Amino acid sequence: MSNNETKKGTMQDFEKVIEQADVNVASFEVQHKTPLDKMQHFLHGNPTMVPVIVLVLSLAVFGVLAGDRFFTAFNLSLIIQQVSIIGILAAAQSLVIITAGIDLSVAAIMVLMSVIGGKLAVDLGIPAPLALLIAFAGGTAAGLMNGLLVTRLKLPPFIVTLGTWNIFFALNLWLSDAQSIRSQDIDDKAPMLKFFGESFSVGGAQLTYGSVLMVVVFVVLWYVLTRTAWGRHVYAIGDDKEAAELSGIRTDRTLVSVYMVAGFICALGAWASIGRVGSVSPQSFYEGNLQSITAVVIGGISLFGGRGSIMGPLVGALIVGVFQSGLRLSGVDVLWQVFAIGWLIIIAVAIDQWIRKVSA
Amino acid sequence: MKLNSSIPAVTLAIIGLVASAPAAAEIGACLITKTDTNPFFVKMKEGALAGAKANGIKLQTFAGKIDGDVETQVAAIETCIASGAKGILITPTDSRALAPVVKQARNNGLLVIALDTPFEPASVADATFATDNFKAGVLIGQWAKAKMGAEARNAKIARLILNPSQISVDYLRDNGFLKGFGIDIKDPKKIGDETDPRIVGHDTTNGNEEGGRKAMENLLQVDPDINLVYTINEPAAAGAYEALKAFGKQDDVLIVSVDGGCPGVQNVEAGIIGATSMQFPLLMASKGIEAIKAWADNGSKPANTPGLDFYNTGVELITDEPAKGVPSSSSAAGLAKCWG
Repeated sequence: MSNNETKKGTMQDFEKVIEQADVNVASFEVQHKTPLDKMQHFLHGNPTMVPVIVLVLSLAVFGVLAGDRFFTAFNLSLIIQQVSIIGILAAAQSLVIITAGIDLSVAAIMVLMSVIGGKLAVDLGIPAPLALLIAFAGGTAAGLMNGLLVTRLKLPPFIVTLGTWNIFFALNLWLSDAQSIRSQDIDDKAPMLKFFGESFSVGGAQLTYGSVLMVVVFVVLWYVLTRTAWGRHVYAIGDDKEAAELSGIRTDRTLVSVYMVAGFICALGAWASIGRVGSVSPQSFYEGNLQSITAVVIGGISLFGGRGSIMGPLVGALIVGVFQSGLRLSGVDVLWQVFAIGWLIIIAVAIDQWIRKVSA
Repeated sequence: MKLNSSIPAVTLAIIGLVASAPAAAEIGACLITKTDTNPFFVKMKEGALAGAKANGIKLQTFAGKIDGDVETQVAAIETCIASGAKGILITPTDSRALAPVVKQARNNGLLVIALDTPFEPASVADATFATDNFKAGVLIGQWAKAKMGAEARNAKIARLILNPSQISVDYLRDNGFLKGFGIDIKDPKKIGDETDPRIVGHDTTNGNEEGGRKAMENLLQVDPDINLVYTINEPAAAGAYEALKAFGKQDDVLIVSVDGGCPGVQNVEAGIIGATSMQFPLLMASKGIEAIKAWADNGSKPANTPGLDFYNTGVELITDEPAKGVPSSSSAAGLAKCWG
């Protein structure tokens, strides 16, 4: 503009005050931080540290309370073995919860697929690898069904999976006649189904392949969620689905894939559960879905989606196992174990809320 | 179940209930089980349906979704009263909560028979047809004691119970077993108040294989020298065996159980379970149907077994290693009459 100079020279009156204005860039008031604030900040940046700290503390406490029998390599490996199936379910559950959904059908898919695999291999004599492949396909298809109902019919995941939980459970009872397939029959006809129950020893610890599978599932998911575009999309959808959509993510397609992967992991869990339980048991793991949610919540994954590390639920599952074993070896009755897990859930979520309220 | 097309059929969707309203001249009856999932109740339903067909009774069947589903059972009783049925066979999912609605049914002229699980008090129903669960426990306790002989003094006992709720079937079987083994059970309605040093402990199984394995592992961690294991049912026993196998102890430990399901009897045959007490759900159901028939025909009510406040449908010890002084049948004989 040609009259730049004149404009500057003839600054209007109301603009003059601007020269007295504060020229500092916007900034926050500097306050003294208490150690608690620092802690809150640290945990906000490292949310997985909460369950890790709880795990270490509970190991220490039970090491003292429950005595020598608790702190043996054997007992610790037994705890890992005992939580392995719920841990695998928790991995599947985490994926869905990160998208701000919930999957009440995980355990039902798992039990149904173990029944399908067992029926095919043991009762019908189909080769075990083929039976397992069919079970994997079945688990993935069950996840696809969940995903399509959530994205196409726009139903809340809670409702969809509440429905499919019942549907899969009923199918399980229908196929199995509510009758277990005996361990000895599996040994005779399809020992491969029990592969994940086999164990190897490492310095007094007895690790099953099922325990290893659980860790592998978590490590693979951790890699996929943090190092691939798909993983970033999953978090983005959980954080803000509309924003994710506007930034070009095909949210529905990604959501469907999340449920399918979750279903596939449940089918893997089905294979591992046959090894763990010994038989194909249509009545086991009825509360598996809630136990998996417990592990996820204690592991620090937010039920509101988009937040939390996938490694958290692994630690969460271990915490539950450590509490149960520790209380048991301290001679505490089962009902107080249930009581303790209840408080653990509430405290875990309370801590999560507190961390989210982080202020400068 | 086959639906007669000449009769109006009512299908209530949610609980997968199939009901056919009885025509005026026919005798109607209802069977209400705890769940449709437990093979025990599945078998009971089969027995009732077969008995109903033989006696020309129109049977409607109902089931709760899970153990403890009182609401569904209440609704089922109400539906049954409304349908004009003559009697109800029920396995009460809560032995106290259902009393008011049962009273209502009896006031409307229905005969109410509890199957398997007694009401508290048993007089809430007109009659109870059940297994003597205490006796079932006593038999396996006596057998284990005889089998161990002098070693019974050094027994280390683990008990795999159902759940923490201290329900009747749980404490009756558990205390029966201890009594049969010769242990002071203190309060017969309480699990875990015993002080005998031979008891290592107890843990819960939910009556399935997964729970059985976990509970056995836990108790082996408390004392690895356990040599006698009581289990609430045969799936829990199968799970316990898997844990023992993983600990390399399957040959040093005696497992006893209760139920008489076919997989359980097969496990007796295979030497996995030492002995099991068999119960007879088919008999409970068919006896129940006959009682309703008699009630409808001439108004007579069934009588209790002398000395008990219920009609005992019997319990039989199944083992391939008979012990002196404890009557038993072989697994081969057991396979012929096992259920599920």
